[in-house]
Amino acid sequence: MNGFSAQFAIRVRDLVVGFGRQTVLDHLSLDVRKGEILGLVGASGGGKSVLMRTIIGLIPKRSGHIEVMGVDIEGAHGRDAHRAAVKWGILFQQGALFSSLTALQNIQFPLRENLVLSETLMTEIATAKLEMVGLIPADGDKFPSQLSGGMTKRVALARALALDPAIVFLDEPTSGLDPIAAGEFDDLIKTLHETLGLTVFMVTHDLASLNTVCDRVAALADGKIVAIGSMAELLGSEHPWVKAYFHGKRSLMMQPEAN
Amino acid sequence: MSAAPLLCATTQGETLELSPSGPWTVAHGHALEGLFDAVLPRLAETKNLKIDMTDVRELDTLGAWLFEKMSRRALDSGHSATVVGAATRYAGLIDDVRQVNRRMPVSIPAQNPLLARLEVVGRSTFSATEDVSVFLQMLGALASAMFGTLLRPRSLRVKSLVYHLYQVGWRAIPIIALVTFLIGAIIAQQGIFHFRKFGAESYVVDLVGILVLREIGVLIVAIMVAGRSGSAYTAELGSMKMREEIDALTTMGLDPVEVLILPRIIALVCALPVLAFIGSMAALYGGGLVAWFYGGMSPATFIARLHEAVSVTHFEVGIIKAPFMALMIGIVASSEGLRVKGSAESLGKQTTISVVKSIFLVIVLDGIFAVFFASIGM
Repeated sequence: MNGFSAQFAIRVRDLVVGFGRQTVLDHLSLDVRKGEILGLVGASGGGKSVLMRTIIGLIPKRSGHIEVMGVDIEGAHGRDAHRAAVKWGILFQQGALFSSLTALQNIQFPLRENLVLSETLMTEIATAKLEMVGLIPADGDKFPSQLSGGMTKRVALARALALDPAIVFLDEPTSGLDPIAAGEFDDLIKTLHETLGLTVFMVTHDLASLNTVCDRVAALADGKIVAIGSMAELLGSEHPWVKAYFHGKRSLMMQPEAN
Repeated sequence: MSAAPLLCATTQGETLELSPSGPWTVAHGHALEGLFDAVLPRLAETKNLKIDMTDVRELDTLGAWLFEKMSRRALDSGHSATVVGAATRYAGLIDDVRQVNRRMPVSIPAQNPLLARLEVVGRSTFSATEDVSVFLQMLGALASAMFGTLLRPRSLRVKSLVYHLYQVGWRAIPIIALVTFLIGAIIAQQGIFHFRKFGAESYVVDLVGILVLREIGVLIVAIMVAGRSGSAYTAELGSMKMREEIDALTTMGLDPVEVLILPRIIALVCALPVLAFIGSMAALYGGGLVAWFYGGMSPATFIARLHEAVSVTHFEVGIIKAPFMALMIGIVASSEGLRVKGSAESLGKQTTISVVKSIFLVIVLDGIFAVFFASIGM
């Protein structure tokens, strides 16, 4: 049993989440393997972000179990929750950089709050992260309001990676980027995934990202995971929503080779 | 699992062999930095550096960077450095770290602190002219929008105007009445307490009446309104600017000043005199109550003395200032709102500036009016 659960980074069992009378996630189960890039697709407003935010503890669940790196995050408060936070990095959709800090200080922030390191080493590590996400050290002195959309996402990714977490959550990492920047960002995720051995949980609508980056794709519809597997398996799925998603007009334009 | 990282250093002839072991990860950052600092002096002494990473169980960016820093230190002093035994899964990471921190950011030469301080003073003095021009621009834009509205009265946003009248006028009444009531009571109490020493208690009515009607009533109300409604205007307009709502209005061929700012300022100009009147009455009421309970002066006597002490001129002097103060508050609040840049921080900063500046200008305006009324004998 221990060996079995050790191969999963995230295990979600019978998760129910709702607001008021509305049930958003209805007995949802999902396993994310260690070291894979999992893409999550779903209708707008269908609960993708809710699932992600529930896993990281921003939204309370009604019932079910969530395990992250073998630790049940049920009732993880205070220090436990803090320790869990060290294990994951989160890239929010809008970047969520702290607007009063420079890019470099944003990346240093998790280091400063969680560790005791000298200022020099902290700057060096932060600069290293900045360069690993493809920016130059001079960009580190800029404030978030001076960064372009693509740069904001890169800095946010660098901040998410500051503590070398085992899991990274990405909420629509390529939304709002032009195809070139989005492609570069996909490559970046892939490279960092290889070099740092990350597990990536990615919420996305970008079919190109799903095709090129993700090892497995999970489809969320009606509050459940209705299909999970490689891109080829999902393209062959018989579920009506999954069919509509991947065989719609726009989707076919994106992937002519699928026919 | 949580074994501490170690670093064994052995010197063989001219070769310093480092054999690190355990987890070299960020979780042990403090210990790793200690190990690094301990070995640092020995790096400079040896000719050859050899790092044997066979026993390193876990490695992340921080660990890889420390090894890279060691070998760079050795290379910089003209020695050789070799890294052996790294697990294949870390090869990519080690290669990546080799590329970083090569280009050190250009360090900005340290400035003379005195000169820097002087520069700040100079720049803010210079930007005062900008403040004046922004104020005049807003006044001009407002006048032109007002003129346009007079030509086409139907273009006035009545719904917006009524909404803002409700917000800045009606909803402000309780707090304004409460604060001015207390101020009036305090003035009366202080007056009675000190006038009692030379038996001139009855003059407290003159003190309260003239002070409240001429100065304090309108001034306190204007300061309250600047803090309450001026800040709201700046924050509202600023967040509209941030979310490009103002740009959207402009592209639809509408004048933001006419649509957003004019109704707000008209509402303020209408509401402030009314609030000032209510405030003055509340202050007189507070003063009267204190005179009755603390000074033993019956309400009938208070009203009779008040009738003698104040004339309608005092009231006019006070109330005539209100619309001008409202205009000042409105213009400052609106123009500061439009100066908000993209970030949330700038919204906070401009709101603070708006409140501080409008309170300052209200007091300055009050001073100018005082001089003016004194010179025309009112």
